[in-house]
Amino acid sequence: MSLLLDGIISGILTGGVYALMASGLTLVFGVLEIINVAQGSLIVAGAFLSYALLTYLHINIFLGLILTMPFMFLVGYVVDRVFVRRLRVDRVMMSIMVTYGVALVIDGILTMIFSTSYVHLQTAALNQSFPLAGMRVPMIYVYVFLMSVVFLLALYALLYRTTFGQALRATAQNRNAARLIGIDVDQMSSITFGICAALAAAGGMGYGAISSFHPNSQFDLISRVLVIIVLGGMGNIGGALVASLLMLVIEDVVSTVWLPNWSTLIFFIVLAMTLALRPQGLFGSKEARQQ
Amino acid sequence: MMKNWRKKGGRSWRLVSGVGASAALAMAFSAFGATPPTFAAGQAPITIGVSASLTGDFSSSGIPLEQGYKLWENYVNSHGGILGRKVKIIFLNDNSSTSQVATNYEDLITRDKVDIVFGPYSSLLTVPALEIADRYGYAFEAPAGGGPAVFALKSPNFVFVQPTPVSDTMVSFAKWILSLPKSERPTTAAYATEDGPFSPAMLQTARNILQSHGIKTVYDKIYPTETTDFLPMVLGIEHSKAQIVLLGTHEPEAADYVRDFVQQHYNPKAIVFTGGPEDGTEFLDGIGGAKYANGIMVPGGWWYGEPSYQNKLFVSMYVKTYGGKPTDVPTTAAEAFSVGQVFQQAAEHVHSINNAKIIKALHTYTFNTVQGPMKFNAQGAANGEDFLMQWQHGKLEVVYPNSIKTAAPLFPKPNWP
Repeated sequence: MSLLLDGIISGILTGGVYALMASGLTLVFGVLEIINVAQGSLIVAGAFLSYALLTYLHINIFLGLILTMPFMFLVGYVVDRVFVRRLRVDRVMMSIMVTYGVALVIDGILTMIFSTSYVHLQTAALNQSFPLAGMRVPMIYVYVFLMSVVFLLALYALLYRTTFGQALRATAQNRNAARLIGIDVDQMSSITFGICAALAAAGGMGYGAISSFHPNSQFDLISRVLVIIVLGGMGNIGGALVASLLMLVIEDVVSTVWLPNWSTLIFFIVLAMTLALRPQGLFGSKEARQQ
Repeated sequence: MMKNWRKKGGRSWRLVSGVGASAALAMAFSAFGATPPTFAAGQAPITIGVSASLTGDFSSSGIPLEQGYKLWENYVNSHGGILGRKVKIIFLNDNSSTSQVATNYEDLITRDKVDIVFGPYSSLLTVPALEIADRYGYAFEAPAGGGPAVFALKSPNFVFVQPTPVSDTMVSFAKWILSLPKSERPTTAAYATEDGPFSPAMLQTARNILQSHGIKTVYDKIYPTETTDFLPMVLGIEHSKAQIVLLGTHEPEAADYVRDFVQQHYNPKAIVFTGGPEDGTEFLDGIGGAKYANGIMVPGGWWYGEPSYQNKLFVSMYVKTYGGKPTDVPTTAAEAFSVGQVFQQAAEHVHSINNAKIIKALHTYTFNTVQGPMKFNAQGAANGEDFLMQWQHGKLEVVYPNSIKTAAPLFPKPNWP
């Protein structure tokens, strides 16, 4: 019983970080109607930016977000302006190829600068923990989870409590109709891609604080965040949050209580069963699936 | 402007490049106190093909592999080459992919027509690579691919250039545990390892030995290689209250485990990793400093202070070329360097680089390497013995066997600071 509880706590804390990493990806799909497979690389780039600030300028990883998130916003904005906006036909398929190219470029740059060695974000909280339900909860997991919650709430407020959010959601629902009522859809798309990259910076920092990473970590990450947004429903941020928690709790409970080697398989069985019943994902719309 | 100059003046550019390369080579020779050698006139270089994981999951070991091979190439060329011929290694990147590694060796043998091939990193990549080498009758010296899956191919062309097969790597730890007085000997053990052809085999051998001597297994799990969150395993191990913990890891996972153990305040009597702690500064940085390493163990077939053939020279060459301290020299680089040493001695024994003759030589003679002397049996396994190392006050010490130990083992392991 104690182990089960340990697994659930561990899964929820880690799931929060994955929700943050997946939120940008699902937002971009909702607004731009593209699949950004460079999200994994953007996350790793965010982690390395935090690492560089921490290692060379001794800036705390949480404070460092004040610099890394705007920088990554600019990167995302430019990527959209230069590469994604030019896609006019077959946007979903073409975007996979274009953003994969972007991912390879980011990987190459990171490898040149940081080599292929694994690194980890060292913080004072790294070795601290407190007792809860028979386990010791690592402080860094709690901090990173809280940070994820704050950013997800901020994203929610941005989308549902501001005029900008209204325009963004209008663009997500119908790009042509949004254009007709005077919304600058192209500008919205670039800003959305920028937000996606900024969230990747925060998610990357969170990921780097609890796991070792290297430039090629993006391959593992992108597959996991893609699965999360498919399960949650493509384009749905709440769905990404629920799917992240579900995925990580299932994996951690199976790993802790039963067999770690079966954790991914069990999750994929749950995924397959869910998609068989709801092909559009837990919270997705049928229109999104048709794309 | 520069672009035009290079384009229009291609010959000039090649001339400048050539002069630059020559100058760099001359500096390299002078750095190692040697004079540029002369090679036999009219003889083409001996070409050696290698597929290295310069990107992808194994890149943190694939790059040291390439470094080790390059150091050997530079050394051997600065000392007259092999049989009077210069050595030239052609590297192809396999991106840590099993299909790409097979394509690479196929290309190296059929397209580049290399004279010899050397092995890639990991058992996973060695299996498809060895199958290609076998098909074309090439000798195959593997620096880091000696898991059971490789030996199961029963290749007559294969030798594994490490003191013991991979599956015996943890035997030194098991022997050390059994050498403890019965009153001090632990009674329970936990095992956790990533999946794959490498680490599970190491733990299985150790587990068989320890179990047969009454050390009960209280936790035994395998997790997927792509795992990045080790907290579930650490919670399970802690719950089992195992007195000793054996973990199948590489460097990043080993550091992640240590951090999780520290966070959980879990202090078993001994912790041993199959790999990771031997990586010096990289490992220490990963765990937050040397104070957290105190008492952590790792088996090894090579260490920077080993009094073996050309080891001092190899370590100084590595530090001079790639920087860092002797403790930072990666084991994989030493293993790759050893492959070159074995090939050179085999070729000199038979006065030929003919693959059939090299294969025969590999299974006949004893070879001196930076990992110690090796003689290979019919299966390609060497007759050496691994040793056990332990971090003690910021220094990696050999603690077992007694014949070569540099310090007494810290047992039980000191509690985390």
